Amino acid sequence: MNLAIETAALAKRFGATRAVDGIDLQVLRGTVYGLLGPNGAGKTTTIRILTTLLRPDGGHARVLGHDVAREPAAVRAKVSLTGQFASVDEDLTGHENLVLVARLFGFGWRGARQRTDELLEAFDLTEAAGKQVRTYSGGMRRRLDIAASLVVTPEVLFLDEPTTGLDPRSRNQVWDIVRSIAAGGTTVLLTTQYLEEADRLADRLAVIDHGKVIAEGTSRELKSSVGSNTLHVRLDDADQLRDAERVLHGVLGGGVHNGSDAYTLTASIDANARIHEALLALSSAGVGVAELTLGQPSLDDVFFALTGKAPADGAKEARA
Amino acid sequence: MSTTISVATTDPVRSRVIAAAHRPAPASALSAVLTLGWRAMLKIKHVPFQLFDVTVFPLMMTLMFTFLFGGALAGSPREYVQYLLPGIVVQTIVFITVYTGVGLNADITKGLFDRFRSVPIWQPAPIFGALLGDVFRYSLAALMVITLGLILGFRPQAGAIGVVLAVALIIVFAISVSWLWIIVGMLVKAPESVMTSSFLLLFPLTMASNIFVDPGTMPGLLQRIVAVNPVTHLANASRGLMHGNVSVTNVTWVLVASGLITAVFAPIALRMYHRER
Repeated sequence: MNLAIETAALAKRFGATRAVDGIDLQVLRGTVYGLLGPNGAGKTTTIRILTTLLRPDGGHARVLGHDVAREPAAVRAKVSLTGQFASVDEDLTGHENLVLVARLFGFGWRGARQRTDELLEAFDLTEAAGKQVRTYSGGMRRRLDIAASLVVTPEVLFLDEPTTGLDPRSRNQVWDIVRSIAAGGTTVLLTTQYLEEADRLADRLAVIDHGKVIAEGTSRELKSSVGSNTLHVRLDDADQLRDAERVLHGVLGGGVHNGSDAYTLTASIDANARIHEALLALSSAGVGVAELTLGQPSLDDVFFALTGKAPADGAKEARA
Repeated sequence: MSTTISVATTDPVRSRVIAAAHRPAPASALSAVLTLGWRAMLKIKHVPFQLFDVTVFPLMMTLMFTFLFGGALAGSPREYVQYLLPGIVVQTIVFITVYTGVGLNADITKGLFDRFRSVPIWQPAPIFGALLGDVFRYSLAALMVITLGLILGFRPQAGAIGVVLAVALIIVFAISVSWLWIIVGMLVKAPESVMTSSFLLLFPLTMASNIFVDPGTMPGLLQRIVAVNPVTHLANASRGLMHGNVSVTNVTWVLVASGLITAVFAPIALRMYHRER
């Protein structure tokens, strides 16, 4: 197997917190790999270890065949990192930022300016090139940041939450950019809290929670591991949500959780025949059902099935 | 239920640009330091206020001390400014040293250092680049204060060469103090904390010296403190160099003190820098 990234029992502790607690990953060259998890799951720590910014305290990690702890310079020469916060100099212009990075990669002044102009053009930043980055929108900053990571084409690009905090249009632009990067043959490892993002971009993904990989596979595999189908129930009356949850739990067993709003419930269902029973039980309990749909489980459902909670809960926990 | 058809919207031109880069040999240590020094100068160009910010206070001190106390302390403001100005240049530059730590801390908190550290360059280059930018910053600040002095009637007896030598000596000392702020910049959480902690050291260090007055009338204990304060020797040496009556002892004192401060703090700073964060 031709692996770009390989980790075994990777671990990192900060004080009493096990930020990364035995992570095993295998990422094939030329693929887009997603690390999916809530805030504080250990995604950023994993990326920082893989880009040699942190030293692991357990296990090992190899990037393009080089051990990150023993050959950090060899790793740094082949990878690029776009961190969670746009790591560009706000005081400088977009043009100056890219020239700076190009110079550090060893371009001469003329070569650095030429490469900068190419990248500004490709990332729709030519117009803003002479403006200070502090005047840029979030999406422009993010594009500049990614461009800075591509001054020299990396063999592996690490993107830490590339679309967090972006508006939908900017998010789509970043998605297009990630696809272009992958099309050029670069291996991409990205972290995200957005299930949709992982679903759309990643060939394979690992779901991470509390520093551990709790599931790994293609998004199709992950979805099917949850159960063949998911039942979405929309109620007439939000007050009946608790009753409905109890009834469905009785009929279908575990895997019942709140949906996107106070009127909806989602449950995994292993045999479609059981829909009858569920519907019957709901109506005999006097619960008014407005809408009932059967569909493929979303990654939200996958997350719920794996951790027993919605990813948003994890995010709240991490902030508290 | 619903199937999202994901249309590949890959832009071929962009893909080509992304994949097009040839890979030059990584920048040499010197080239990386010079490039990062260039960045520091660009920051001064784009945000001149950061320089103004720290020089306006010494400029006010110069004006205040010269005109309020100059007559009482030295007979006339013009007489006093000959004594005061070399010391004010010392105070100004020693105060600005804190910006090394503030800038470093801002780079760390904003994630810029992650970018620099993940680029295949000589790893301490960002620190030396920042110090290089500082030399430029210190020179500009000295130029501003000395220009004001000349307007107020400061006449250095040793001429331009004496002034340049004095500023060079002050910069040597300032760089050694910068190492301390690099350490503080890596330790604290926010740039403002670097600023706050600096005043605890810089005020006593510059006030308990002979920058403003001859320590002859101070209480005995304070006189002893002033006598060992390297800033006192630096102020004496600067006066001597600018007015052409320099004492070798003072210059040696300053060079030895700078060497010792650097020898203690630079290795700690570099070790902390190499260690992970």
